[in-house]
Amino acid sequence: MTDTETTKDVETLSLDALHRELGAKMVAFAGYSMPIQYGDGIMAEHLWTREKAGLFDVSHMGQLEIRGKNVAAELEAHMPGDFIGLKEGRLRYSMLLDDNGGIIDDLMVTRRADHFYLVVNGAVKNSDIAHLNRHLPAHIEVRERADLALLALQGPRAADVLERLGAEVGLITFMRGSEIRLRGVEMWISRSGYTGEDGFEISIPAKKVAGLARLLLKDKDVRPVGLGARDSLRMEAGMPLYGHDLSRMSTPIEAGLAFAVSKRRKMEGGFAGFDRIDRQIKDGTKVRRVGLKLEGKRPAREGAPVYAGERKTGVLTSGGFAPSVDAPIAMAYVANEDAADGTELDVEVRGKRLPATVVAMPFVPHKYVR
Amino acid sequence: MSVYFTEDHEWVSVEGDTGTVGITDYAQKQLGDVVFVELPEVGKMLARGDEVAVVESVKAASEVYAPVSGEVMDVNEALEDEPATVNASAEEDGWFVKVALSDKSELSELMDEQAYKSFVGGLET
Repeated sequence: MTDTETTKDVETLSLDALHRELGAKMVAFAGYSMPIQYGDGIMAEHLWTREKAGLFDVSHMGQLEIRGKNVAAELEAHMPGDFIGLKEGRLRYSMLLDDNGGIIDDLMVTRRADHFYLVVNGAVKNSDIAHLNRHLPAHIEVRERADLALLALQGPRAADVLERLGAEVGLITFMRGSEIRLRGVEMWISRSGYTGEDGFEISIPAKKVAGLARLLLKDKDVRPVGLGARDSLRMEAGMPLYGHDLSRMSTPIEAGLAFAVSKRRKMEGGFAGFDRIDRQIKDGTKVRRVGLKLEGKRPAREGAPVYAGERKTGVLTSGGFAPSVDAPIAMAYVANEDAADGTELDVEVRGKRLPATVVAMPFVPHKYVR
Repeated sequence: MSVYFTEDHEWVSVEGDTGTVGITDYAQKQLGDVVFVELPEVGKMLARGDEVAVVESVKAASEVYAPVSGEVMDVNEALEDEPATVNASAEEDGWFVKVALSDKSELSELMDEQAYKSFVGGLET
């Protein structure tokens, strides 16, 4: 067998020592040494998250604060979301777009009292910051909060776990966030995540994160979960991964993320790439991101070509074995004519054609508490 | 019966002229949860170093190379329904193929158990 993992010069997370103590296998990801899995393995961590509560260290992600006069309108010039109408303490999933409507990054935008809080992908956070600084007017400040860590506690027991520690999270429903004080530490908690489960993301000073992580891990319902299960969980939830399922080569419409183009913005426009996106909303797209369920047990991976009969129709952008579906699943961009639910296609893996069916996403129902 | 090992973490257990091939416990730990194993057809002629199987874990696909040359006499069909046997019992029930050895002199180039243990020990530090 061959092992293709390589190690590069990478930064360490605040929780590096804890990850190693917990038996994590560390890999380089997004410029950081990160836990891909702990002792129980990806499958067990995945299923635990769907049944109890998984603790993820996602401190590699970029946490930005954007402030200044008319900041909501200024952000709206680069993203298709309605931020002027976003109420304080509410989150909105959005995308940073280039002039052609291509996706520079997908991200979470939260309105706070005197600024907007953005959580962006770790692998592209520096280019995001550069893009924002280049395109926002000089009076808008973009501040990276590298002094903050980010944890995600995901799964049906997540709320109970936090309540047991004394955090009153009952009023924080899905896509809301609030500052709370827990055991003397100020943190920002939002009910959001990347698994399709109920759960929370917790932004906390990096020097306090180890204390909180250890406290959470003392709960019998909490186990640490690595990047491997994070990937299989988000795939089952139908959520795209930037750099794989999303890139500057695709628009929100092609990516099946039209819901992120807010109603007012759809009518008024005024954001980067609007002309193309508006045309695609009206006339349709050539390609679309779809979910595929594969026959049999053999997983297909990113890069595998997809065929409609003998005609190549697209390529997988994510793929793997889905533990909660107990079958291989994938995401692919295929020609629009082959994108309808129920369409039977083939995925080529090592010269063999595996039958696959286009299915609606998510593959596993979302369980948000609204 | 003697067991030999490769630096790619395959093992071959030899009884008479038959070699049973699998991956080591170290290898299965590196791969993680195995969800699919592609095995060759019975009768396939393998040269040492040829791809003999593909192991798919949740995370990735990995090729397994033949540690010895010979004809495939039998494949472990139980892995079709229970690929996780590779995790549970990599060096016994999780074997992949049985090969009729065509050149037993190849075995002298492989590691014995002790040599493999120290090889793996070197990887873990």
